[in-house]
Amino acid sequence: MTIGAMRASLVAATMLTAGGVGTAEAGSIFVTNEKDNTVTVLDSQTLEIVKTIKTSRRPRGIIISHDFKEVYVCAGDDDRLDVIDTETLEITRQLDSGPDPELLDVDPKGERIYIANEDDAMVTVMARDTGEVITEVMVGVEPEGMAVSADSKITVATSESTSMAHFIDNETLEVLAHVLVDTRPRHAEFHPDQKSVWVTSEIGGTVSVIDVASHAVVQKIGFEVQGLRQELIQPVGLRFSADGKWAFVALGPANRVAVVDTATYKVHDYILVGQRPWHVEIAPDGGKLYVANGLTNDMTVIDVATLTAEKSVPVGRLPWGIAIKP
Amino acid sequence: MTAVSPPIRRPLLRWASAALAAVFVAAACGPAAAQTKKPAKEPLLTARFAYLGKAYEDPPPLSLLDPIVDDEGLSGAQLGLKENQATGMLLRHAYEMEEVVVPADADVLPEARRLLASGQRFIIADLDAADLLAVADLAEARDAMILNIRDSDDRLRQADCRANVFHVVPSFAQRADALGQYLAWKRWYRWFVIAGETPADRAYVAAIERAATRFGAEIVEIRAYTFEAGSRRIESGHQQIQTQMPQVTQGAPEHDVVFVADAAEAFGEYLLYRTERPRPVVGTHGLVGVAWHRAFEQFGGLSLQSSFERHFKRWMRERDYNAWLAAKMFGDAVTRGNSADPQQAIAYIRAPAFKAPGHKGIGMSFRTWDHQLRQPILVAGPRALVSMSPQEGFLHESSELDTLGVDAPETLCKFKN
Repeated sequence: MTIGAMRASLVAATMLTAGGVGTAEAGSIFVTNEKDNTVTVLDSQTLEIVKTIKTSRRPRGIIISHDFKEVYVCAGDDDRLDVIDTETLEITRQLDSGPDPELLDVDPKGERIYIANEDDAMVTVMARDTGEVITEVMVGVEPEGMAVSADSKITVATSESTSMAHFIDNETLEVLAHVLVDTRPRHAEFHPDQKSVWVTSEIGGTVSVIDVASHAVVQKIGFEVQGLRQELIQPVGLRFSADGKWAFVALGPANRVAVVDTATYKVHDYILVGQRPWHVEIAPDGGKLYVANGLTNDMTVIDVATLTAEKSVPVGRLPWGIAIKP
Repeated sequence: MTAVSPPIRRPLLRWASAALAAVFVAAACGPAAAQTKKPAKEPLLTARFAYLGKAYEDPPPLSLLDPIVDDEGLSGAQLGLKENQATGMLLRHAYEMEEVVVPADADVLPEARRLLASGQRFIIADLDAADLLAVADLAEARDAMILNIRDSDDRLRQADCRANVFHVVPSFAQRADALGQYLAWKRWYRWFVIAGETPADRAYVAAIERAATRFGAEIVEIRAYTFEAGSRRIESGHQQIQTQMPQVTQGAPEHDVVFVADAAEAFGEYLLYRTERPRPVVGTHGLVGVAWHRAFEQFGGLSLQSSFERHFKRWMRERDYNAWLAAKMFGDAVTRGNSADPQQAIAYIRAPAFKAPGHKGIGMSFRTWDHQLRQPILVAGPRALVSMSPQEGFLHESSELDTLGVDAPETLCKFKN
């Protein structure tokens, strides 16, 4: 997430002036558990479970607002968003998201929430404060990935069945371009430099790099793991390191996170994690990467500096997405 | 928790609506073109495919929970067409599907000839083996791609294979292997087979025997079921069946499961809970090996189920899924190739790199040696998904999906061209 990266550098700067990372208060890690209908909250220092929050049914997509005050959770089977207050760790609001929300993003201005309605071919645009639906934008069949640019001007939605990335003008709320990518695109992410959008294709087994200015696919990144059949390589979640140097790609049944050098588009390393990693999130200070392992009910912590998996900690059943408060 | 009252939503626009066309901007045109939005333009191409079926008198399902429908298959193809059109609208690609379903007593060949003469080459065939082969053997069908969505008989993939026939529907061998792998994983190795006497039942029994050999199971007995099927609704209800089924299953050597082959819906449903010994029933009833099932929701499957139910007011069945998948393959080929030329689409689908997405969590493609679609098979009980095969641990050098069904070294298929 571009925004994540921006946030990360901001926070890092704040911490430096405050006298170093060591004095920072422990943050919170929020993990959606698709099977349990809960969000697990962990202390980011100790990785102990602080609280398990009961949510609406089938929580998957999760995102934190840019002021870190609210966490939004897509509850696909209840057609709504649960809004968690990050101080009290209570659900304070529920918003009508439209049918089957799966993934979402909040604009950096903090005004709007963009939601992919998987069961319908549309993106719901919602006012963040009131929950009022501003409009619904028609896109391809089975929308999923959502990403808002750092200047809040563009939203990219992917549609899994149509295999496209749709660029939406957030001012006119019209679609600027439909860009064909490989089969079953799951996730979209702006590179921190805002010049490209990276889209993972689960069945295609690739990541497409789309130039934001021309809407052209400028690179396609493939993956190869020795001893692993190609069909098991299924890219889903993607995040960039805070400096934009690395892209971390969760490879699903390959049980690995790929580390891609964003300068050369070459795979630098594959990090073994738990089974079927879905989504990943980078810590606000950029130091750690967290991976939700969908089949092993745990979360792997990767150290970004050394690119090594440090430990895995249990969360709920079928963890899916992660959001982090510094 | 203080829940705010949800705001009122406007009526949903459906994805087939013209609204999509109005916002169309070709991806390749870039931002400059985005300034000049125009209403729907003429399509750049119109891609055509056909659905050819016959209204066979299929046996009614024994369970009253399964409604008798006359559009299984066709509805799936129609949904695939709609999805192709939704994608096509964003690319200015139009799609047309020509639907032909001849009466049960009619000859399918005149209609097949007419379709082929009109240039149709991608034909979704809801036909049984005899009709399918008759159509495939037409001289003018030589360069067509005929997609079998109905018949599971392995004969069509073996001695009677055809170069222009591609099987979306799983073979009996794939189904039996899917169950066989699961039973091996359970270590339920002793199978008591009870089979009807139709040709399909015999073909399925052959597949069960093959699966037993492959996965180290023992068939303790093969018993024929010789009673008449009869009506599915009977005044005396369950009583006669309750006494009949223990008789049918009594005296067999010790076994772990009853493996039933009843393609004609004559008795399979009745075996559950009524066998002489308390044993699970697998095969065509009980635990089944299928391409699609209403209880399946993974890998975006729920979207497909709900979409189908919205349009057709019933559950999506296996043949609907097969037809939907065939239509989607065609759409994918047209989208990627940016061409309505059927030969280009056929070449795309035949290429080794082709991956059909069918909500199974893995790309699927046609085997080169017999044109069977390699695919995961759902192992499903009457009310829930139990597993998906291939099972973990059944390895294959190129694709684990090829542990289900007839593999290259054992194929009897020789394509004549």
